Amino acid sequence: MVVTFLRRELVLLGRQKADWLNPLLFFIIVLTLFPLGVGPEPNQLRIMAPGIVWIAALLSVLLAAERLFRDDYRNGVIEQLVASRQGLMAFVLAKAAANWLSTGLPLVLISPVVAMLLGVESKAFVAMMLTLLLGTPLLSILSVLGAALTMSADKGGILLALLILPLYIPLLIFASAAIEAASMGLPYSGQLAILVAMLLLALALVPLAVASALRINVS
Amino acid sequence: MTNFLCARGLSCIRQDRVLFEALDLELSPGQLLQIQGKNGAGKSSLLRLLAGLSTPDDGNILFCGQPLALQAEQYAASLCYIGHQSGIHEHLTAVENIAFWRAAYQLPFTDSMDLLGQLGLAGLEDIPCRMLSAGQQRRVSLARLWLTQAQLWILDEPFTALDQQAIQRLQQRFHQHLAAEGAIIVTTHQALSQDFPTLKTLELAYRW
Amino acid sequence: MFKWLHPLAKPETLYHFCGRLFPWLMLSAIGILLFGNLWGLVFAPQDYQQFDTVRIIYIHVPSALLSMSTYTMMAIAAFIALVWQVKVAQWSVLAIAPIGAVFTAISLLTGMAWGKPMWGTWWEWDARLTSQLILLFLYLGVIALYGAFSDRQTGGKVASLLAVIGIVNIPIIHFSVEWWNTLHQGASITKFDTPSVHPSMLWPLLISLLGFYLLMLALVCLRLRTAILEHEQHRPWVRATLGGH
Repeated sequence: MVVTFLRRELVLLGRQKADWLNPLLFFIIVLTLFPLGVGPEPNQLRIMAPGIVWIAALLSVLLAAERLFRDDYRNGVIEQLVASRQGLMAFVLAKAAANWLSTGLPLVLISPVVAMLLGVESKAFVAMMLTLLLGTPLLSILSVLGAALTMSADKGGILLALLILPLYIPLLIFASAAIEAASMGLPYSGQLAILVAMLLLALALVPLAVASALRINVS
Repeated sequence: MTNFLCARGLSCIRQDRVLFEALDLELSPGQLLQIQGKNGAGKSSLLRLLAGLSTPDDGNILFCGQPLALQAEQYAASLCYIGHQSGIHEHLTAVENIAFWRAAYQLPFTDSMDLLGQLGLAGLEDIPCRMLSAGQQRRVSLARLWLTQAQLWILDEPFTALDQQAIQRLQQRFHQHLAAEGAIIVTTHQALSQDFPTLKTLELAYRW
Repeated sequence: MFKWLHPLAKPETLYHFCGRLFPWLMLSAIGILLFGNLWGLVFAPQDYQQFDTVRIIYIHVPSALLSMSTYTMMAIAAFIALVWQVKVAQWSVLAIAPIGAVFTAISLLTGMAWGKPMWGTWWEWDARLTSQLILLFLYLGVIALYGAFSDRQTGGKVASLLAVIGIVNIPIIHFSVEWWNTLHQGASITKFDTPSVHPSMLWPLLISLLGFYLLMLALVCLRLRTAILEHEQHRPWVRATLGGH
C-alpha cells in the first residue's frame, strides 16, 4: 500500500513540478544572497558556510511543507481516508517519503556545488553531506507534522513556521556541531549518532501525531 | 439481524447553532435510508457523524449493538464513505485515482478498464481528472462503489451532476447492493426515480 | 480521586467550583506575594557580589519556574482533552496558555534586566535564556494555532495536540541547547546560575514562589470561568446563573 501511495505522490510531483522546483530555487537564492549580505571575505564565508547551508535548507523545506496536504484536503481525499482508517498511516509515510525525495534529496545532491561556491574545506564538507543526508529526512517528517496540524487552518504560512521552527532547533544544533567538530579535525560520530537517534524517535512517534492531527482537522 | 446501525438521541451543534437534537434512526441490512432536507439543515453533518468522522455533541451511535468508539476499526472496515467532495485528485487520471482507492481499501489489483467502460468513461482513462466534466468526475469518484466490499455505504449527494443514464445505473447498483444484504445511507435533494421497497426517509428540518 | 474529579468534568460544576476557589486563591496570593516580595526586595540582605541587583531573583526565579510548571499543567490538560475527550480540559488548555506565555515573557525580561548589570549585555545566548525563548515560541504556537481555525473546537483540539507534542520535545530542546551552549562558551556564566543561596535570601524566595503559584492558579480559575461561559453561553444554566445576579 505504501508503495502504491508513494508512486501516486511521485506521479503528482512529476505533474506539478513547481512544488519541488520552487523550494530548490529558493535554497539557491538564499545561498546567493548570503555572501552578498555578509561580504565576500573567503575566510568568513568558509566559517559560516555550513550554518548558512543548514538554515537555507530549513527554510526551503518549510516552503515546500505548506502545499503538502492542501490539494488532498480540498478534494476530500483525506476526509475519506480518515473514514476508512486503513490507509491513513501508509498515506502519511508516503507523504513524508515523497517530501524527502522531492525536497531533501535534491538539497543533498546540490550541496557539493554549494560547498564549492562557499569555499567549504574538504573535512567539513563530508560532515556537511552526512548531516544533510541524515537530517533532511527528519526535516521532512517534522514538516509533514506541521502541515497536518495547520491543514484546515484559515491562514497557514507564517503559523507553520512558528510551529515547526522550535522542533527544528535540536536538529540544527547537532548538525552544525558535527560540522564544526569536523572542521576542527575532531571526531563527530557522536553528533551523527544523535541525529540518527532523533530521526528514529521521530519516525516512531510523529506518524501517530500526524494521523491524529489529520483526524482532528477533518472532524 | 436488526439494529445493524442505530443512533439514539443524536445532537449536533456547529458554530453555536443547533443543527438537530434528539435524533433517532435505525438501519437494517438491505435497507436504504434517504436523508432529505434544505441546504444547511445538517445532512452532511449527520453523515459525518455516522461515518465516525466527528463525534456527536450528545447521544450515541451503535453498530451491531456496540458503540462506535469501541470498535472504530471494524466499523471503518465495513464502511464506504463518499463525502461531499469527490475524493479524487484533479491532477491524476481516472485509472490512477481508482488505483489509489483500491490500495486504500486493500483490494487486489485488477484492471480498471472494464469498470471505466461500464461507467461510460471509456477512452478518457488517460486524461487528468481536471479536464473531465463535473459529471464525469463524479463517475470516477463513484467507481469505488463497484469495487468495495463494504457492507454499509454512506453517500453524500451522489447524484449531483450526473446525467439520467448515470443516475439509473447508480440506482441499479444500489439494488444489487441491497439485495446482497448491504445497507445504504444517502442524501439527495430530489426523490429517487426507481422504486426501492426497503426505502426509509428521514426529513431534517432547518432550524434557526 | 476519580470519584471526586469526575463531577468537575461537567462545565456547570466546574464553573461554580472555580468561582468558590477564586477569591481564596487570589486573596492569599496577594497577601503572600506582598509579604514575600517586601521581605525580598526591602529587608533581605544584599549579595556580596551583586549588591541590590540580586533582588530581581524574587521575581525572576519564580516566574521562570512557573513558566515550566504551567506548561506541564497545560500539557496534562491537553492530554486529558485528547484521550478522554473532556471538553473542559480542552478549554483549560487555552485558559492556561496565555498565562504561561506571560510568565515566560516576564522571566525573559527580568533575565535581560539582570543580565545588563551582571554580564554587561542585555542578551546573552546562554542556555537558559535560549531555551526560555524557545518555550515562549511554543506557547505562542499553541495560542496562534487555536486562533487560526474558524471552528473553535477543531482549533482547541489541534492546539491541545501541539501542547502534547511540545512536552515531548521540551527535554530534547533543553538538552540540545545546554550542549550547544557549553560547546560555544566557557563555564564562567553558568557559575552565576547555581550559587548556594543563603537562608536569609532563600526564605523570601520560597515565599514569593508560593505566592506566584497561587496567583497562577487564581488566574487560571478566572480565565477558565470566562472560557466556560463563552462556550456554554447558549445553555440554560448559564442564563439562569447570570440572570440571577
